[in-house]
Amino acid sequence: MDIFLQQVANGLTLGSIYALVALGYTLVYGILGMINFAHGEVVMVGALTALAATKFLLSAAFPAPVVFVLAFIFAAVVCMLLGVLIERIAYRPLRNAPRLAPLITAIGVSIILQQLAMMLWGRSYHAVPPLLPETTHQLLGAQITTVQIVIVGVAALTMASLLILVNRTRLGRAMRATAENPGVAALMGVDANRIIALTFLIGSALAALAGVLVSANYGIAHYNMGFMLGLKAFTAAVLGGIGNLAGAVVGGLLLGVIEALGAGYIGDLTGGVLGSQYQDVFAFFVLIGVLVLRPAGLLGEKVAERA
Amino acid sequence: MNGAWMAQRWQRNPRFGLVLIALALVALPFVVGAGLGNTWLRVLDFALLYAMLALGLNIVVGFAGLLDLGYIAFYAVGAYIYALLASPHFGLHWPVWAILPLGALVACGFGVVLGAPTLRLRGDYLAIVTLGFGEIVRIFMNNLNAPVNITNGPKGIAGIDPIQIGGHALTQPLEFFGVTVPGLALTYYLFLGLTLLVMLAGLRLQDSRIGRAWVAIREDEVAAKACGINTRNVKLLAFAMGASFGGVAGGLFASFQEFVSPESFSLMESVMVLCMVVLGGMGHIPGVILGALTLTVLPEAFRHGAGPVQQALFGQVLVDPENLRMLLFGLALVAVMLYRPSGLWPEPRHRLELGAK
Repeated sequence: MDIFLQQVANGLTLGSIYALVALGYTLVYGILGMINFAHGEVVMVGALTALAATKFLLSAAFPAPVVFVLAFIFAAVVCMLLGVLIERIAYRPLRNAPRLAPLITAIGVSIILQQLAMMLWGRSYHAVPPLLPETTHQLLGAQITTVQIVIVGVAALTMASLLILVNRTRLGRAMRATAENPGVAALMGVDANRIIALTFLIGSALAALAGVLVSANYGIAHYNMGFMLGLKAFTAAVLGGIGNLAGAVVGGLLLGVIEALGAGYIGDLTGGVLGSQYQDVFAFFVLIGVLVLRPAGLLGEKVAERA
Repeated sequence: MNGAWMAQRWQRNPRFGLVLIALALVALPFVVGAGLGNTWLRVLDFALLYAMLALGLNIVVGFAGLLDLGYIAFYAVGAYIYALLASPHFGLHWPVWAILPLGALVACGFGVVLGAPTLRLRGDYLAIVTLGFGEIVRIFMNNLNAPVNITNGPKGIAGIDPIQIGGHALTQPLEFFGVTVPGLALTYYLFLGLTLLVMLAGLRLQDSRIGRAWVAIREDEVAAKACGINTRNVKLLAFAMGASFGGVAGGLFASFQEFVSPESFSLMESVMVLCMVVLGGMGHIPGVILGALTLTVLPEAFRHGAGPVQQALFGQVLVDPENLRMLLFGLALVAVMLYRPSGLWPEPRHRLELGAK
């Protein structure tokens, strides 16, 4: 039971991060109907710029919690600019192009960002200085670190505010209208370009946050960290039903927990034949299973086949 | 011989052009071998392998419109079948002509296994499931060294037999009417022949009843169904056929490289082949071949050119050539798509129908 709770706690931590990144995918997908393949790299840029800011601020003798917040703000600003820039250069000119064209530019942008990061930060793994207290708490027999609590708490708050933003505010209404029908939304006075840019802004800020949190969780940052994370998060978004915000959250948390439990139990379940190296296989099998039973994802609406 | 004369001949007799192209293709390995050396001959061989792969994926993505992000899995299956049946790993040394069809068959089976549960999925959902499938295959190959050692895990399988034709291994040069043909050039001719076969199969499929059914599904699945097309079988056929081409290419890859490891079959490889198809011109066979050749040769040119050019411009190598190669590659992907969203050489009919989206 202890192991179970421990793995659930670890899974929820990882899942919160997946959920934050998945929201970025799903926001863009909801409005533009395209996979923003470069989103994972934005997370990586967030983590590495935050690390650079952290090192600078620590050398200027700021207290740790202040450094954490300031580093995040710096990373968020960089990522937001980057996100808007990517949209402007690589996606906007292709809005009416064949469906796969923006996918290819997204892959191109992803490669470019990775290579630039490799030039700037090198190939090595960077240790991220611990900014949050490294205390552990006992909760029902599971060991939970302060970092984990902060991650889950911050992610939950952020996701709640995003849901309020999209469902309760004027901006959110404009976003939903653009997602529904850009032409009609434009007739009602919604500036689609502005809304799309704002969507990328929000998604990139979430990516920066995810980058900061994931590097705090593992204590390392690396030029290649965004790829697999982005992949998992995209999987989570699809699992929950892509284009659906609540779905991204559910999918992210579920994927995190499944992975953690899979890693913890797969050895026992198969009598030691398969080890935790099959963790990723587990996640993908669940994905395939869910999609076979519910082709539009867990929370995705059943869309009528187009007439 | 001037250009106008050639153009005239060409118009009068299209066969004349084909003869010219055939002569150029036969002479190419000698020109490349003499002018640029063996490295580039290898690149040429790889370009043909990728052309085969891209033509296979083109059936799935280009013709049937099913976005497949795990295509490299079939290539991996073909490669591993070859590696297991013709290497010291199990002590088996089957002849190539037995293994390649078997590899195609097994890959075809995998194609159906992937296709069957995903028939109801559309667009991007299909993309992520195929991606997951590709990763599953790779992870299994990485880890199937315990409890029973099948794939030798991350270390891969080495010492794979080269292809033997009539008792002659393709790694050895062959004396032919007093001309020595190097092994890499022999491989080139074999790959060229197979690529042409795959191309021919693609061209014939395209204009067949099945090919038209694929295009119908790509354009509108509901309408295709309403026209009496058995979308389930036709989609499965697309997966199976694309997969078997991938399986053959994989077998050739294993024998050419004489080594396979799971590293060669990462998601990035799938993405690369997809880029070849889309960049060249989805659904257009000459375009897809152009895409495959461009994306194989261009990065190599960057790799070899990046160092010396920097040396000449700045007097020193500022950026790691490998780094620069990928950077330029990414920029090229973005630039080509921005200026030619339908690919470098799109299909004329496709352009007419879908130009306005």
